[in-house]
Amino acid sequence: MEALKEKAFVSTRNACKLCTPLGASIAYKGIAGCVPLIHGSQGCATYIRRYLISHYKEPVDIASTNFSEESAIFGGQSNLFAALNNITKQYKPEIIGIATTCLSETIGDDMQAIIQHYQAQNTLPDSPQLTYVSTPSFKGTHANGYHDTVLALVKRFAAFTETNNAINLLPGFLSTADLRHLKEIMRDCGLPSIMLPDYSDTLDNEYNGSYEKVPEGGTSIEELVAAGSSRASIELGHILNHATSKESAGTYLEKNFSIPRFNLPIPIGIKASDEFFTILQRLSGAAMPQKYLKQRGRLVDAYVDGHKYVFGKKAIVYGEEDFVLSMVGFLEEIGLETVLCASGGGSGLLKKMISEKVNPRQDIMVRDDFDFEDIAVACRDLKPDLMIGNSKGYYIARELGIPLIRVGFPIHDRLGGQRIRHVGYEGTHELFEKIANALIEHMQEHSPVGYKYM
Amino acid sequence: MDILKERGNQVVTKGLDEHELACDKASLAGSVSQRACVFCGSRVVLYPIADALHLIHGPIGCAAYTWDIRGSLSSGPQIHRLSFSTDLQEKQVVFGGEKTLKSALIELIDQYQPKAAFVYSTCIVGLIGDDVEAVCRNVSKEKGIDIIPVQAPGFAGSKKDGYKVACDALMKLIGTMGTNETIPESINIIGDFNLAGELYLLVDYYKKMGVKIVATITGDGRVDDIRQAHKAALNIVQCSGSMSNLARQMEAKYHIPFLRVSYFGIEDMSEALYEVARYFNSKSMMDKAIALVRQEVGDLIPKLAFYKNALTGKKAAIYVGGAFKAISLIKALRMIGVQTVVVGSQTGNKDDYKIMQDISDEGTILVDDTNPLELTQFVKAKKADILIGGVKERPIAYKLGIGFCDHNHERKLALAGYEGMLNFAREVYATAMSPVFQFTKTDH
Ligand code: SF4
Ligand code: SF4
Repeated sequence: MEALKEKAFVSTRNACKLCTPLGASIAYKGIAGCVPLIHGSQGCATYIRRYLISHYKEPVDIASTNFSEESAIFGGQSNLFAALNNITKQYKPEIIGIATTCLSETIGDDMQAIIQHYQAQNTLPDSPQLTYVSTPSFKGTHANGYHDTVLALVKRFAAFTETNNAINLLPGFLSTADLRHLKEIMRDCGLPSIMLPDYSDTLDNEYNGSYEKVPEGGTSIEELVAAGSSRASIELGHILNHATSKESAGTYLEKNFSIPRFNLPIPIGIKASDEFFTILQRLSGAAMPQKYLKQRGRLVDAYVDGHKYVFGKKAIVYGEEDFVLSMVGFLEEIGLETVLCASGGGSGLLKKMISEKVNPRQDIMVRDDFDFEDIAVACRDLKPDLMIGNSKGYYIARELGIPLIRVGFPIHDRLGGQRIRHVGYEGTHELFEKIANALIEHMQEHSPVGYKYM
Repeated sequence: MDILKERGNQVVTKGLDEHELACDKASLAGSVSQRACVFCGSRVVLYPIADALHLIHGPIGCAAYTWDIRGSLSSGPQIHRLSFSTDLQEKQVVFGGEKTLKSALIELIDQYQPKAAFVYSTCIVGLIGDDVEAVCRNVSKEKGIDIIPVQAPGFAGSKKDGYKVACDALMKLIGTMGTNETIPESINIIGDFNLAGELYLLVDYYKKMGVKIVATITGDGRVDDIRQAHKAALNIVQCSGSMSNLARQMEAKYHIPFLRVSYFGIEDMSEALYEVARYFNSKSMMDKAIALVRQEVGDLIPKLAFYKNALTGKKAAIYVGGAFKAISLIKALRMIGVQTVVVGSQTGNKDDYKIMQDISDEGTILVDDTNPLELTQFVKAKKADILIGGVKERPIAYKLGIGFCDHNHERKLALAGYEGMLNFAREVYATAMSPVFQFTKTDH
């Protein structure tokens, strides 16, 4: 496979990544009472909203400071002030989460100074808290924007008061169903937790007949503060924001508040879920709850029932780096052969992490800083049996006539993409059956006979 | 109602308010506008040109968010469905992106063999000092195709300004091929983007009337056709917002007159055919148009009757990009018994809003550049049963428990022409009559 070079073009063709403020906006959506504000021109905020609405099928209000030509020359301070005033008036948020853009970063707006200046003038008791994160898109991807924002939030709020019994859970960029499942697991294990961020409600809300300005749910500011006093942090994902920063929320809390950090992969697959539960048992001092023993047992049962349909099949996996890292681990344990693992992210760590953390049976072609046209070209040689990733790879799967297993973000061409569950034994179980069934269906549809049994 | 003070004059209730509907204003900082940026406007217009390369010069976002975003179909090449970006990184932001742009252009032209290329400069390109024009000129010489810079930094205005930028770019292509002879009884179809294949219907109608079509700009567009567009005898422009400017420029430069039309709804669609026949003063064309309309409408009316019957008494709110479309929608809805109670657009101008106000019923709320919070209040106050808009409006409707009909660029259903009217009626029916809404009625 040496014929396949690293990214073959100077340009990016059908990007397999998004820009940083998108990640920031999602993280902010996981904070209670928070309205995200993107500091730049209007287009960025509108496009990001549109992109998120198509995935979450929820209202996603993100404000913009609406730069004009003047702001591009003289800086965005006055627009930011006006925006903060207007958001406060209209949304009455508890907190406004500001994310910068390529534009404001290139101009060089000093956010810290501008925000301090604003706060000095606005001392009303009900003015919202302000926080910001620097998210120029010429550095890193949406995954970096997400993790950088989580880091910025703990830096801004976490404080030591007195040690409490809670566990910080830093889940990374997962689906709303994943976040709900993780919370359930923590609860069932008797572990009080602070999950940061938590958009499981705000981006997957029930119907209640109204358009909520700021939907209920999310990590509260009190919890953000208390995160500095927790007794441990669990941080999921090994690559995190390392393309842009050496520090993550978990390492920051460890360094500054001496909170022990457990760094685990996103728990997809039995091994990764076992690792996760092992840490939980250590923290709770109790055995794994019966419920999860049963779930694990059922998953093993399902693996056995379906092993033949997946074994030796060739898969292409793509998406955010941490996500594909865990996905490859899962595929290894069911005997699916990953022939290409690709990401638009560019931490430079992916290959190393896969060999360290997954230690696959054979050499896997790993490509970061890759785009969909690179993947499409690679597919011509690799002849995969299926693709696993977000909905944007559909056009390639269609061309190849192979199934696409929709996972991760974004899913723009199906209902329910925002609540696909990937994590834990149950999430893995659902994934496994989805993959096996897709292969079975493919076989059935291409069989001249049309068998009634598997 | 809870409306930002500065936006007060961008909302009018017909029969209640005295003031004119203000428009053409920049969106307020901090409001969650449904509008996009200059780049968006330019891309919307140029992107359906299917055999051109569309390269977005800037950081990745602008390109990633617009990848295959609209349903503009092409009957041939599909280059426009790919998303190309120079994906600027910190290094280029510091040292400039000209080299990257040049290599990107060369490799992409070699790979995809486009007939022309558009290079969109987004927000930071001007600030980092790239001389995009020079790069385009050089590569153009080297590769022998037109490479047209599209200066579209998002902050330089609104989507509407982007339309203007796109029209200027098109003017650079038009007139660069063929003789200057005018083809008799020929038209350019301007301002239809061939969403869900709508343009095919229109082309078919005009051809049946004996009208020759020089270029379709830009739906199912081809570079070489556009280069010869100056040979048409008449321009037919749809969607006042985006492309009247091109028609005006062509009138000034090539003396081609233009007609403004709309293809939504029976009335407007038929008028769009008659007007062309009238313009060419051709009895044969008019006879064919009349026959065509009689045939189509004859087929359609009985089918529509069912929907009208079911939908009579329903109320709709409309919020779309262009005001001209909103006006057609009011009429089309009336035809199926639905009353419009809220109507607005992102980019309407004074003239559009005047017409809109004239044809609206008393008590209708008219609005320019609204935001989710306002729209929610209007829809509730007026007890609308359905909302007609784009993707960003959909969750508003659904969270309020009312129906929604997509009339924007991503729809998969042709809504123009006679067939489109029937599709539209079906769409409205499918959402207004769905039994699921029995569960959304809450009493608070
Ligand atoms: S505002 Fe500027 S950066 Fe944002 S999408 Fe528009 S052109 Fe791109
Ligand atoms: S300018 Fe930057 S932040 Fe805005 S859309 Fe483009 S890449 Fe994203």
